[in-house]
Amino acid sequence: MSQTDLEIVVDDPTAPEDDSPSVVASGTIEIIVCLLLLALAVTLGYDNWRTGASWDATGPEPGYFPFYLSVILGGGSLYGLIAALVARRAAAETFVTRAQARRVMAVFVPTLLFCLVMQYLGLYVASFLLISGFMRLVGKIALWKSLLTAFVFTAIMFVTFDIAFDVIMPKGPLEAAFGR
Amino acid sequence: MEAFGLLLHGFAVLLTWKTLVLMMVGLVLGIFVGVLPGLGGPNGVAILLPLTFTMDPTSAIVMLSCIYWGALFGGAITSILFNIPGEAWSVATTFDGYPMAQQGRAAEALTAAFTSSFIGSLVAVLLITFLAPMISSFALKFGPPEFFAVYLLTFCSFVGLGREAKHKTVISMSLGLLLAGVGMDTVSGNLRMTFGSADLLRGINFLVAVIGLFGISEILLTMEERLALRGHAASISLRVVLGVWRDLPKYWVTLLRSSFIGCWLGITPGGAIAASFMGYNLAKRFAEEPESFGKGRIEGVFAPETAAHASGTSALLPMLALGIPGSGTAAILLGGLMVWGLNPGPLLFVEHKDFVWGLIASMYLGNVVGLVLVLTTVPIFASILRVPFAAVAPMIVVSCAIGAYAIQNAMFDIWLMLGFGIVGYVFKKIGIPLAPFTLALVLGNRAEDAFRLSMIGSGGDLKVFWSNGLVGSITTLAILLLFWPVFDRLRAKVAMR
Repeated sequence: MSQTDLEIVVDDPTAPEDDSPSVVASGTIEIIVCLLLLALAVTLGYDNWRTGASWDATGPEPGYFPFYLSVILGGGSLYGLIAALVARRAAAETFVTRAQARRVMAVFVPTLLFCLVMQYLGLYVASFLLISGFMRLVGKIALWKSLLTAFVFTAIMFVTFDIAFDVIMPKGPLEAAFGR
Repeated sequence: MEAFGLLLHGFAVLLTWKTLVLMMVGLVLGIFVGVLPGLGGPNGVAILLPLTFTMDPTSAIVMLSCIYWGALFGGAITSILFNIPGEAWSVATTFDGYPMAQQGRAAEALTAAFTSSFIGSLVAVLLITFLAPMISSFALKFGPPEFFAVYLLTFCSFVGLGREAKHKTVISMSLGLLLAGVGMDTVSGNLRMTFGSADLLRGINFLVAVIGLFGISEILLTMEERLALRGHAASISLRVVLGVWRDLPKYWVTLLRSSFIGCWLGITPGGAIAASFMGYNLAKRFAEEPESFGKGRIEGVFAPETAAHASGTSALLPMLALGIPGSGTAAILLGGLMVWGLNPGPLLFVEHKDFVWGLIASMYLGNVVGLVLVLTTVPIFASILRVPFAAVAPMIVVSCAIGAYAIQNAMFDIWLMLGFGIVGYVFKKIGIPLAPFTLALVLGNRAEDAFRLSMIGSGGDLKVFWSNGLVGSITTLAILLLFWPVFDRLRAKVAMR
C-alpha cells in the first residue's frame, strides 16, 4: 500500500446545519446596500459640490473629480436598487441562514470586543484574551491548550514586532508594569 | 541583450545571505497562507507588509513577492489532498487533482501541480524580463494625458470585460475612487470629504482597507461553511517526481497553451481565476477523450496550474512597467512600493535599477527554491490543516489588527479595518466584485492627478485626450471596451437576423 492511504480527518462539531431557515434574502440585502450607497453618494456629492465642483482659472476645482464620481456611484446604486426591486419576486435566494448567522456572530462579536479591549489594555493582552477565549468558548478546546496556544502566539508576536522589527503596537497597563 | 546583463546584476543584488534567508521565510509564510483556509495571497501579503517597514525596499519586495509565490504553490496542496481549494484560482485544480489523490496518485498530482506552476511562472518571468523594460522605456515619453488614458483603459476594461453585473463593477470602482479622494487634496491642498474629522484627514489607507476587505471578511465567510475535512496525506518520493518529469514533453502543447492564456489574462485584468478555468476548459476541448477529464487526468492538473501561475506572475508586468497593478496582490505590492518611498511607474526602471532587477531575479530564484521546498515539505504543510479553525481564526484576526495598526500607528485604522471587514463580507455575498475597488483605491489619486494636470495643461479642453495618435487610440480603446457588452449584444442581434 502506498503512503497516500493515510488519512487526515478533522471534524467540525459546531458546523451550521444545512436545513437551517433563512434569516434574510439576498435581494433584501441588495436593496439595503444600494440605499446606503445612494445615501453615501448624495452626502459625498453634496460635500464636494460645497468644496467646489466646477472649473476655475487653473482647471478643475478640488471637488470636481469626486463630485462626478459621486454622480456615477449614485447612478450605479440607483440602477442596482431598481434591478433588485424588479428581480425581487423572481429570486429569493438566501443571504444567510440562521445557523450561519450564529457562527458569523460567534467570530464577529469577539472581534469587536477585541478591538474595544485593545483601546484600554493594549494589543497583546487583548490578543491573549481573544485567542484563549475563542478557542475555549467557541472551539470547545481544552482550557490548558487554549491558554498555552494564546500565550505562545502572543509572545511570538511581541518578540517579532516589538523587539525584532521595532513595530510599536498599542500597549496597556500590563506592559507598563514591566517597563516596556 | 541589455536585459540579460541587468538580470545578472539583479542576481548579484540578491545573492546575499540576508536576502536568501528572507526569501525562504517569505516562501514558508506564503505556503502557510496558501494552505490555511480564510487566508489568501493578497491577504497574506497585506498582513505581513508591516514586517517589511523597517527593511530596505529590495529585501522587502523580495520577501513579499516570495510570500506571493508561496501562496500560489500552497493553494494546490489543499485542492489535491482535501478537495478544498485554498484559493479561488485552485478550484479548477480540484477537478482532476482530487480524483487522482483518491486513486492513490496524490504524489503524482502534487508533483504535476508544482511543476506546472513552476513552468507557468517561468514563462511569465521571461516575458517580464524582456517586455517590461521595453514598455517602461516607451512609457517614459508619457505625459499626464497618456497616463490618464492608460488608467482609464484599466478601469474601463474591468467594467467591459468583467464577468460580474456591470453596475456592480461600476459601484465598486466609483466607491474605490471616491474613498481614495478622502483627505487632503494633493493638487490644491484643500480638505475633501473629511466632515471635520481629524482621523479622516490622513485619508483612507489602502492597506487598511485591503486587510479588512480580504482578511476580516474572509474569516466571516469561512465560518459560514462546514469546516470538517477529510483528505489524504502524501509524501512525494524522488521516483514519482522523476516519473512525472519524464512525461512532461508529452504535454508541451497543454503547458504552452496554458502559459499563453495565463500571461494574457494576467496582464489584462482577467486574473488568475479566469485563467485557470480557461486553461482547464481548453485542455479538455482539445483532448482526444474529453470525457476522461474530471476522473483523474494529469493534464487536468497541468492546464489550470500553469495558467494560474503564469497569470499571477505576469500581473506584475504592468505594475512594474507602468505602475498599474494587474491583480489584487499586485495592487498591494504597489501599495508597498509607496510605503517604502518608491514612486511606481516607468521611472522605476531608470531610478531604482537594483530594486527592479532584484525583484525580477527573485522571481526566478524564488520559483526554483519554492519548487524544491514544496516538493520536500508537503507532509508538514498538509498537516497544518489538523489545527482546528477555532485556533486559526483568532490568530488571523490578531495578525490583521497588527497589520492595520502598524501602517500609520492609528487606533482609528482598527475600526476602519473592522468596517471594511463588514463591507467585504456583504459585498462578496451579493456579488459586488472587490478587485475593481482595490485597484481604484490604490490608483485613485494618481488617476485624478493625471486628469487634473492634463486639464491644467490644456486649459480645460477635453480634446487633449485625443491630441495625438497614441493618447487618442488609448482613450478610444478605453471607451470601446467600456461599451463592449453593448456592441456584443448588438452584434448578436444582427447575427440572429
